[in-house]
Amino acid sequence: MPLLLEKILSKTKYAWAILRQLSGDDAYERYVNHHSLCHSDEPLLSRSAFFKGWQEKKWHGIKRCC
Amino acid sequence: MLNKLLWSGIAIIGATAMGIIALSRGESINALWIITAAVCCYSLAYRFYAAWITAKVLVLDPTRATPAERLNNGHDFIPTNKWIVFGHHFAAIAGPGPLVGPTLAAQFGYLPGTLWILIGGVLGGCVQDMVTLFFSTRRDGRSLGQMARDELGPIGGIAALIGTMTIMIILIAVLGLVVVNAMKHSPWATSTVMATIPIAMLVGLYMRLIRPGRVLEGSIIGVSLLLFAVFAGGWIDDNAILRPYFDHDGLSLAWLVIGYGFAAAILPVWLLLAPRDYLSTFLKLGTITLLAITIVWLRPDIKMPALTPFIDGSGPIFGGALFPFVFITIACGAISGFHALVASGTTPKLLANERDIRMIGYGGMALESFVAIMAMIAATVLEPGVYFAINSPAGIVGKEAAVAVAKISSWGFPVTVEQMQQLAQQMGESTLFARTGGAPSLAVGMASLFASVFGNSLLALWYHFAIMFEAVFILTTLDAGTRVGRFMLQDMLGNLWPKLGETSWTPSVLLSSALVVSGWGYFLYIGVIDPNGGVNILWPLFGIANQMLAAIALSVATGILVKSGKLKQAWITAAPLLWLLIITSTAAWQKVTSADVRLGFLAAADDLAQKLSLGLLPPEKAMAAPTLIFNQRLDACITLFFIALLWIIVFDMLRVCYWHWSGKPVLPLSESPHMPSRLVEDYVRD
Repeated sequence: MPLLLEKILSKTKYAWAILRQLSGDDAYERYVNHHSLCHSDEPLLSRSAFFKGWQEKKWHGIKRCC
Repeated sequence: MLNKLLWSGIAIIGATAMGIIALSRGESINALWIITAAVCCYSLAYRFYAAWITAKVLVLDPTRATPAERLNNGHDFIPTNKWIVFGHHFAAIAGPGPLVGPTLAAQFGYLPGTLWILIGGVLGGCVQDMVTLFFSTRRDGRSLGQMARDELGPIGGIAALIGTMTIMIILIAVLGLVVVNAMKHSPWATSTVMATIPIAMLVGLYMRLIRPGRVLEGSIIGVSLLLFAVFAGGWIDDNAILRPYFDHDGLSLAWLVIGYGFAAAILPVWLLLAPRDYLSTFLKLGTITLLAITIVWLRPDIKMPALTPFIDGSGPIFGGALFPFVFITIACGAISGFHALVASGTTPKLLANERDIRMIGYGGMALESFVAIMAMIAATVLEPGVYFAINSPAGIVGKEAAVAVAKISSWGFPVTVEQMQQLAQQMGESTLFARTGGAPSLAVGMASLFASVFGNSLLALWYHFAIMFEAVFILTTLDAGTRVGRFMLQDMLGNLWPKLGETSWTPSVLLSSALVVSGWGYFLYIGVIDPNGGVNILWPLFGIANQMLAAIALSVATGILVKSGKLKQAWITAAPLLWLLIITSTAAWQKVTSADVRLGFLAAADDLAQKLSLGLLPPEKAMAAPTLIFNQRLDACITLFFIALLWIIVFDMLRVCYWHWSGKPVLPLSESPHMPSRLVEDYVRD
């Protein structure tokens, strides 16, 4: 039984991670990760500054259709 | 072996379902047969046709690094899990189009539209989306316009740019018209739709100032508030003092939508557009899933006949015969050129591996096509008489309820005034006659389906929920489209005076937004004052524009295939292109030259001009007549312009192919060089 529970728990976690990534909820965390890996010499943006830029960029091109 | 058995089984079931749909006449058929045929058709096409194209024609290379890997910069180029890319891609391509088109095309009966959605989808739309996605991926995620310029030449590039701009204007106008018609003299719908604006702003402020970047929290709050707004609309509808504030005619609503569009284009993205999009995406996915489950659960009977007498072109909803107008009316859901703009540019920058292209490009479109099938079912489970009473404009069936029902019943689709009154009362509306545009009849269909599962007492709530759901993402498309139009216009104006090209310079923002909004606002205004219901004019114009854009995408793809030495397999895009050429040209020819006043723009203009000069028009119609006459002539010019653009690009593509074949120099393939992928499979893909 604990095995099944563990399985369900891990599946739920996976689905939750997918949902967060799809909606952009974890965009800042991913940015921090990417930043520490590739650009650790540059200053890190605050959560709210990053989010503003992220949204501006997202809506610059064709994002929604008929 | 087991695999072979499974696929043979699917083929047999699919063929049986298809046979039942195509051959049953007279008796009603069950919606489950349509669902079965659709699912089998998509699965088989995905398993065999799409797999064959990716393996033998495009030759996907999983070892090749994608632009997301090579150019990874952490914001637009990011290798992403394929399910996430699929989600983004599907959310971007699935708009209100596949819901409205099939609803209108149901005037021919359920069969023509259903067959076109299935066949056009698997052989046309899915292929277009997939090959465009593939070619753009091989070219660092370049846009359709850039690819047209690089592969065919400057003519192709300019044609793609102008095509995109004009289709945006027409699309926003027609979607605006759908929303206006859904809110006309309906305080409940109007107040609910209006409430979505402050709700979106509240969510925007929450995600910007209170809890920055907490998208899911903000969305949960927003969706709860939206559901509450549906309830609250009912209270306003019952309240004698508040009611008149939300009870407007079409023209006032059109001005409100125009004013809203301008405000949305100049407000910051985080305040209105972005939060509204989160809400609309969640609502869209939730509602569509619920609709699918409900249809499978209830297995309703289709009440519309397979074919109606209107296949000859005498239909009340829009003029024009089955050929070519069913193919023009249903663009999104079968083949939509607009998708090529998303499949090039945005999606390719996220792909972690080329092998995901089949699922995202082909699979994404197959799912959208399935949404169109469900819209067709929701429209055809209504009593045909009711369907025609809701969707026929007053200019065709008459303003008086008794006259309208007599006319509709005389076509062989019995309906009574009492029946319509009772239905309107159940839905919490004052009337459901002549509620054109497709949204109200889809909402009645959806509400009836949902209410059969959850109880009839909630009909009015479901109806207004469905209206709100459609309005929310129509308004998102309107905001996003106006903004894209603004950027494109600023880009073009920047060539005249560089200062105008600065996207953050306020005078330029105001000027270009005003120009784009007045562009679509004009067509929306005309659509609202047109006594025959603007849908009759605007929807075919939109369909022609969308198919033209698809033809541009297919031309670019065919050109690239031929230049890559794949002349023998180029039919995968050339065949749908040929079909689009035939239907768009025929439809455009008929829209311009037909002597039928409901079909031909020029005939309608001349007819109205004659009536005006003879003094046959009542004073209020005589006032609007000069504008309507001018507009009909303008529409004829626009149609000719679209068709000219289409033929220019096709000839340009044929020229490139011929030159390549005869050994003359053509522009070289602009594919980026091969670099081996270094991403570890499990790292990004799962």
